[in-house]
Amino acid sequence: MCTTCGCGSHDVLIGGKAAAKRAARKGTQGAVSYRPRAEAAHPAPVNTPALILIHNPAPAAIHNPDPANTRRILVERDLLAKNDALAATNRAFFNARHMLALNLVSSPGSGKTTLLVRTIEALKNKKQMAVIEGDQQTENDAERIRATGVQAVQINTGKGCHLDAGMVGQALKQLSLPTESVLFIENVGNLVCPASFDLGEECKVVVLSVTEGEDKPLKYPDMFRAARLMLLNKCDLLPYLNFDVALATANARRVNPDIEIIQLSATSGAGMDEWLEWIARAQ
Amino acid sequence: MHEMSLAESVLQIIEDTARVQPFKRVRTVVLEIGVLSAVEPEAMIFCFDAVTRGSIAEGARLEIVDVAGTGWCMECGKNVNLSERYGLCPECGDARVEITSGNEMRVKDLEVE
Repeated sequence: MCTTCGCGSHDVLIGGKAAAKRAARKGTQGAVSYRPRAEAAHPAPVNTPALILIHNPAPAAIHNPDPANTRRILVERDLLAKNDALAATNRAFFNARHMLALNLVSSPGSGKTTLLVRTIEALKNKKQMAVIEGDQQTENDAERIRATGVQAVQINTGKGCHLDAGMVGQALKQLSLPTESVLFIENVGNLVCPASFDLGEECKVVVLSVTEGEDKPLKYPDMFRAARLMLLNKCDLLPYLNFDVALATANARRVNPDIEIIQLSATSGAGMDEWLEWIARAQ
Repeated sequence: MHEMSLAESVLQIIEDTARVQPFKRVRTVVLEIGVLSAVEPEAMIFCFDAVTRGSIAEGARLEIVDVAGTGWCMECGKNVNLSERYGLCPECGDARVEITSGNEMRVKDLEVE
């Protein structure tokens, strides 16, 4: 739970420049009264979306001192609507250019950047590409990409733990994106938060390395459900590990029966052909 | 989830509404939060209070209404009640249940002056 990650736009850098800021609102902490969540009553009968519990209802002792002066405004707006709208804008941008945009997600250290570098080296002469990198700090990943000759924009999220559609939209402006190009978005290393934030991508690709546990998909089901493809990376290390590949793939399919799985090694090159073919088919 | 950033979204929605239907201040904000949405209501109330200081919604009471979880099981074809996000179908035990309600996170209405 990220109550203290301060996910706002205050410290975000995109290609080294400050992102469009929302007004900062800092206040002193005052007393907050709230009611602990009571146990829910009987579950609602099926198909009636009954509202079963109210948190923080008006205390009975306090009456509205001036009922004539207040009115109700029906709003009915979704909290993630803004991100979803910006994601839709990004998606339309990609579709208009017949671009493939992939959102690479994983824990930190799964090998996303190394895999991207290897992928780009293989595709450099066949496809126009661009990369958006996401990290809290440093330009390191974008620099590794640029060393291959492919353009990259680094988004530094500061305190933030995931990329959002607004950041990606701003980063797109710093890239040259001709028709039929491929955009790789390397999200912040985090198996929780990016699952909830649509960037406008074609799909999410989750990278799991064999140096992690086979039960990762069960521990982080949101992400594995949200992904279309799982890349099982660092397979060159299997002889030195007790990693059970069949168990890992079974766990992934338990959480997401439709997930596609490719085993590969960015270091040795094993499985890379299958991954490149997948990219070609996805476009 | 990100109660702080969600609270900022609530405030943005309030300010957007004020542009269209002007009001002086907000007395109550009613949110519908689905029980499967992984939002902690207590954290939400805390963050809302912090985020609204100095705004048109300062001092507003945040009321959170839970929306029950329901789903459709792809295996047995039944509509079922869900109490947790990745619960198995209570009828047949299969894991492939599509959530049909309980994922909501929205501002329902405002009581304003």
